[in-house]
Amino acid sequence: MIELQNVEKSYYSKAGDIHALKTTNLTIKAGEIFGIIGLSGAGKSTLVRCINMLERPTAGKVFVDGAELTAMNDAELRKTRQSIGMIFQHFNLLASRTVYDNIAFPLEIQGLSKAEIAKRVQPLLKLVQLETRANYYPSQLSGGQKQRVGIARALASNPKVLLCDEATSALDPQTTKSILSLLKDINKKMQLTIVMITHQMEVVTEICDRVAVIENGTIIEQGSMVDVFTNPQHETTKEFTKSVMNAELPEMIRSMDLKATYVPNGKLVARISFLGQSAGQPVVSSMVKKFDVDVSILCGNIAQLKNVPFGTLVIEITGSKDGITQALDYLHAQNLKTEVIGYES
Amino acid sequence: MSPEMLALLIKSFWETCYMVLASTVLATLVGAPLGVILTVTRKDHILPNAGINNVLGAIVNALRSTPFIILMVAIIPLTRIIVGSSIGTTAAIVPLTISAAPFIARIIESSLLEIDPGVIEAAQAMGASPMQIITKVLLPEALHSIVLGITLAIISLIGYSAMAGALGGGGLGDLAIRYGYQRFQLDIMLITVVILIVMVQVMQSFGNLLSKKLNKNKL
Repeated sequence: MIELQNVEKSYYSKAGDIHALKTTNLTIKAGEIFGIIGLSGAGKSTLVRCINMLERPTAGKVFVDGAELTAMNDAELRKTRQSIGMIFQHFNLLASRTVYDNIAFPLEIQGLSKAEIAKRVQPLLKLVQLETRANYYPSQLSGGQKQRVGIARALASNPKVLLCDEATSALDPQTTKSILSLLKDINKKMQLTIVMITHQMEVVTEICDRVAVIENGTIIEQGSMVDVFTNPQHETTKEFTKSVMNAELPEMIRSMDLKATYVPNGKLVARISFLGQSAGQPVVSSMVKKFDVDVSILCGNIAQLKNVPFGTLVIEITGSKDGITQALDYLHAQNLKTEVIGYES
Repeated sequence: MSPEMLALLIKSFWETCYMVLASTVLATLVGAPLGVILTVTRKDHILPNAGINNVLGAIVNALRSTPFIILMVAIIPLTRIIVGSSIGTTAAIVPLTISAAPFIARIIESSLLEIDPGVIEAAQAMGASPMQIITKVLLPEALHSIVLGITLAIISLIGYSAMAGALGGGGLGDLAIRYGYQRFQLDIMLITVVILIVMVQVMQSFGNLLSKKLNKNKL
């Protein structure tokens, strides 16, 4: 649906050139929710603005739904932009227009008649649950309601793509959740391709199918959200995912005096991670039944990656040397990721 | 006060109203497009054009820095071409308009620049043309602030119209100078000044009220 080929964006000035976006290739499939994450200044805003050409790339090609935007003149580009919706961190609603007239705005631009506009706006008001607020002005609405207006406005022209620029960053956690579930809903109902720029990891794990990590104008890692979050490769990605994945061991375990090899009469401290299906399987209890070991759970955590549960469990296995070895082999044989943290004496 | 004097006062009052109103309307017709062009041709705005912006900016600055009384005399030939005479109330409208138009242009420019660039970006993202952005985003969003600015222009024009009186423009200022100052009729001087103060007060209050009604930012 969206394809960036060798896209670059630089700003030239006397003070020095800034390469906001270095050679970037990106393909976003139809109907998916694609997340672009990075710190502020990493180039993610520039990247999303290159998709609808609010920022004209200095090199490379941009395709949306098969059409090359980089080859278009201004009039063609305006026409194409009508099928690319966009929502913003600070909503960017027209303060002098009511909720209804804000949603009607893109349709007015397209020259639709009042009756046609009404036919489109009414169901959108219903979709974003603002039927009773149609005649309110933006200043009379809460942040979440303003973003709902922004979403309705972006959807008014039946776009194929929705670009979200930090759409939930100015909202409180609860409102963020409701906006995300609205976006998820729209994505499913309308088969809308959504591109989300964000620095909020919980937003990514909540709704994204695939994700790209951007740093200093370069995409350093991309792939399915579950892969990137459960198995981050790049240091920056690890740093990002840490907060939601609890990849760091708790202080309690880090402060333990652990040996790297087996200590007689010692206990094994291990961390097991499980993804999706295997998360529900009673692996630990069957291990205890099968082998002559005792297991105590030191800590555990389950993160929800869209619809896939991802759990981590730090356990302590007590038993004979053989028992512990067999138990460990058993764990390794399962569809789990098991790492030995150490042996406690 | 004699009935003749009262009639003269009323006539002068209407002359002032006529001069101010006509020059405000004409100056806005000239100044508003100028203000819009000064705004949109800025770099980083929707139609950047340094050439147009610099030339227009220089003309506006030159007109604004010329003292009104000098401008009025300097453009007498132009006034003659347009009105047919350089003396009289209608003739005074020409210099008043020429001096107020650049003022209004700058006022409108600064009102338009107050608009959040994000809102303009949103309109561009929806595929709005520059003309649609001007008529559907910039002007409506800035209207409440433009109203306050034009109120300011009207009030300066009330002051300038008194000066135009010196060149035979008529109006309250003229009355105050000829009867109040030159004939030492202090009561006439006082009455005209009070009327002018009341006019300014009324205009300002009306402008404030209208602007508040149009402003949907704080409800």
